[in-house]
Amino acid sequence: MSAPAEVLAVRGLSKSFPGVRALDDVDLTLRPGEVHALIGENGAGKSTLIKLLTGVHRPDAGEITFQGRKVSFGTPLEAQKASISTIYQEVNLIPLLSVARNLFLGREPRNRLGLLDFARMHREAAETLRTYGVRVDVRQPLRTLGVGAQQMVALARAVATDARIVIMDEPTSSLEPREVETLFSVIRRLRDDGIAVVYVSHRLDELYAVCDTVTVLRDGRRVHHGPLAGLDRLALVSTMLGRELGEVRTEGVTKFAGDHRIADSQPVLDAEGLTVPHKLHGVSVRIRPGEVVGLGGLLGSGRTETAKAISGALPVRSGNVTVAGVPLRGGSTAAAIRAGISLLPEDRKSEGIVPGLSVRENIALAALPRLSRFGLVSEARLDRIVDTFVKRLRIKASSPHQKVGELSGGNQQKVLLARWLAMTPKVLLLDEPTRGIDVGAKAEVQKLVDELAADGLGVLLISSDLEELIEGSDRVVVLKDGAVVGELTGDDVTEDELMRTIAGDVPAPDVAKGVTTDG
Amino acid sequence: MTATGTDTPVTTASNEPTAASEPVGSARSERLSALGQQHGALAVLVIVVLAASFGLDSFATGDNIANMATSSAFLAIVALGMTFVIITGGIDLSVGSLFALGGVLAAWGARHGSLLALLLPLVVCGAVGLVNGLLVARSRLAPFIVTLAAMLGARGLLLALTDEGADTYLIGKGTFLAHLGQGTTLGLGNPVWITLALFVAGAVVLRRTRFGQHVYAVGGNEDAAALMGAPVARTKILVYTMSGVLAGLAGALNAAWLASGVTILGNGMELDAISAVVIGGTLLTGGLGYLSGSLVGVLLLKVIQNVINQIGSLDSSYQQVVSGAFLAVVVIAQTWLGRRRQLM
Repeated sequence: MSAPAEVLAVRGLSKSFPGVRALDDVDLTLRPGEVHALIGENGAGKSTLIKLLTGVHRPDAGEITFQGRKVSFGTPLEAQKASISTIYQEVNLIPLLSVARNLFLGREPRNRLGLLDFARMHREAAETLRTYGVRVDVRQPLRTLGVGAQQMVALARAVATDARIVIMDEPTSSLEPREVETLFSVIRRLRDDGIAVVYVSHRLDELYAVCDTVTVLRDGRRVHHGPLAGLDRLALVSTMLGRELGEVRTEGVTKFAGDHRIADSQPVLDAEGLTVPHKLHGVSVRIRPGEVVGLGGLLGSGRTETAKAISGALPVRSGNVTVAGVPLRGGSTAAAIRAGISLLPEDRKSEGIVPGLSVRENIALAALPRLSRFGLVSEARLDRIVDTFVKRLRIKASSPHQKVGELSGGNQQKVLLARWLAMTPKVLLLDEPTRGIDVGAKAEVQKLVDELAADGLGVLLISSDLEELIEGSDRVVVLKDGAVVGELTGDDVTEDELMRTIAGDVPAPDVAKGVTTDG
Repeated sequence: MTATGTDTPVTTASNEPTAASEPVGSARSERLSALGQQHGALAVLVIVVLAASFGLDSFATGDNIANMATSSAFLAIVALGMTFVIITGGIDLSVGSLFALGGVLAAWGARHGSLLALLLPLVVCGAVGLVNGLLVARSRLAPFIVTLAAMLGARGLLLALTDEGADTYLIGKGTFLAHLGQGTTLGLGNPVWITLALFVAGAVVLRRTRFGQHVYAVGGNEDAAALMGAPVARTKILVYTMSGVLAGLAGALNAAWLASGVTILGNGMELDAISAVVIGGTLLTGGLGYLSGSLVGVLLLKVIQNVINQIGSLDSSYQQVVSGAFLAVVVIAQTWLGRRRQLM
């Protein structure tokens, strides 16, 4: 068989969604037996590229050549039939069906009458799974298996469908270290069998352990590709984040004023050893009144999870949260809100605003219990509060009765901010507060964060925008794979230092050094 | 894998991550819950039948049993199609109207021969089912709304055909159709045998064919099923078409049994069918269900109805109260079992 050198060749692939150019003229080649790392930050276009390769979306421009033939997949089924298999981040199997039926769905062994041959199916399923280190009763529903075992079933399924290319989208995000080892041995076996693997992950250690080549995407474009060996981690991280090391940076790009007067008092928030299985491993964060603490790290490093764990939205297995010296009990969002913690979530559409309600109603939502007496709401007090915040946050709406869904992204974000400020919080957790809003609104939100800190609030700032993170924060706690790997204080709060810490090139700075004030 | 230090099955709720080769929770209690879900209705049916046999002289007579079996048959055929629809996570409210429409079409068609009398309801009701399926699968409309519209539309069509119910079409004696509905074989009415044959065929299709696997997969996790390459739209279109065809067939057989197409039949039948399916252990949310359970569910509803009728002193309206209460108990038990299984 004279197989072409490349099993897959992608040329000039582009895809736009309303308002976004998700993928812009991207090339990608895969050779048989190549393990190819595909990396990039949020919105870089990884998911879009995968979805184009697997027939979920159709490209606007560009072509995909698979095994020497130009292909155009209309559905995931077509891609699968052409031998491109995908394992998604979340296990995408059917929990109520048996393990064997999940493994064989769509290609069940049949007897002469055309009926399913369960005996053969169960025997073959058990045999196949044993090679993946999974020994279970294959007649049981899939959901009785642990997440790791389910992931292995998904992998076995992908490989068993005569795949020539296996795409793995963050396959290790829910695996135990031992299971990761099994996965790696399976990947090596695939490589030896001449199957190409596209491996998406944010864990640099894994990439270096198992991948041969790498493609880095940023803002929908391919910014780097080539062999992974010999490429140092710092270079990889800086390419991914789009920052040159030592690049002369114009100061004052953001609207942050700079340093805050930080009260030299007890921390207003003290989160200690937060642990969530698979997500956080003993993360500790301390914030003092008037301080803005940034959370740095790559996508998937546990930033959002940390904020959610503090606010009670993510149940922790162990760890304590103390607000102004009072331990938080219950681990519920209601308890956290009562204690004075407010979280501005990352995804304001699904977790924040109620688009059909007015500005006034959205602001009042969380504060209603406080504004009401015997279940009746004092309209006058409500009006006063809404009025105050609309002015203070400079919310641009035709009236307080305008529907929030009609406002711009920036103003929606301000309405959310107002909702939480109406609760007079002590700690504000801001997860990507300026994502997806225009430049002017961004500057205003940044200015607001400054003002709020000046008023004595403790602020936790999560941002993928490095400038925003660096200039807005007094201190940056750096996360990697769900654990704190370093803390930048004082003069060390720079992009270079942050990237070095993320890449793990320098020994983690002495965390015990604690907080220094002015820089 | 670390030693667990104990041999007893773990039955407590646990969020602990589990090693790849260890199933979460114990297989035995999982199976027990599954057993309860699948055969709970059968156990209740056996108890009710036994109690009625001892308590009521007229219950366990050959006539009464044959009567119950025949009157169950029509609902059972409708419930058969409904089971497929519900396992895909859908619902079909149009079956009651289609049942009545099928009956009238059969009676009308009987004037032109039994073949037309049988084909007409199957084709027309199947076409309505097909439209339901297309709207649900391709236009991605909510099954509830789509089939509600079909229910109203089919009822309207029925009234138009019969001049507001003023025209009644009779099915002549001695025709093949009449024999199909009224004749008996081995002491049981022909509709009963047809129903049993349909359930056997349905069970084979559901459990032993790829289409059957897809029905479960679509209801279990539609997105995953699509990503795994299951033909989601085709599966949905097929189950709604099937449901329409079966409702039409049930109506035709019922008309043959009654020797005429009666327009007022089938009101609320869709709800009886849904009740029977759910009582039989099929999850209303889809992904899990049993044809045998639906048959048991139908029998249970009919037996309860029969018992209340026989007691005589009890207003027959109470039959609905009992059915309703029973449905509520089953749904509560199902939710409880489901939650238990999820925790394990």
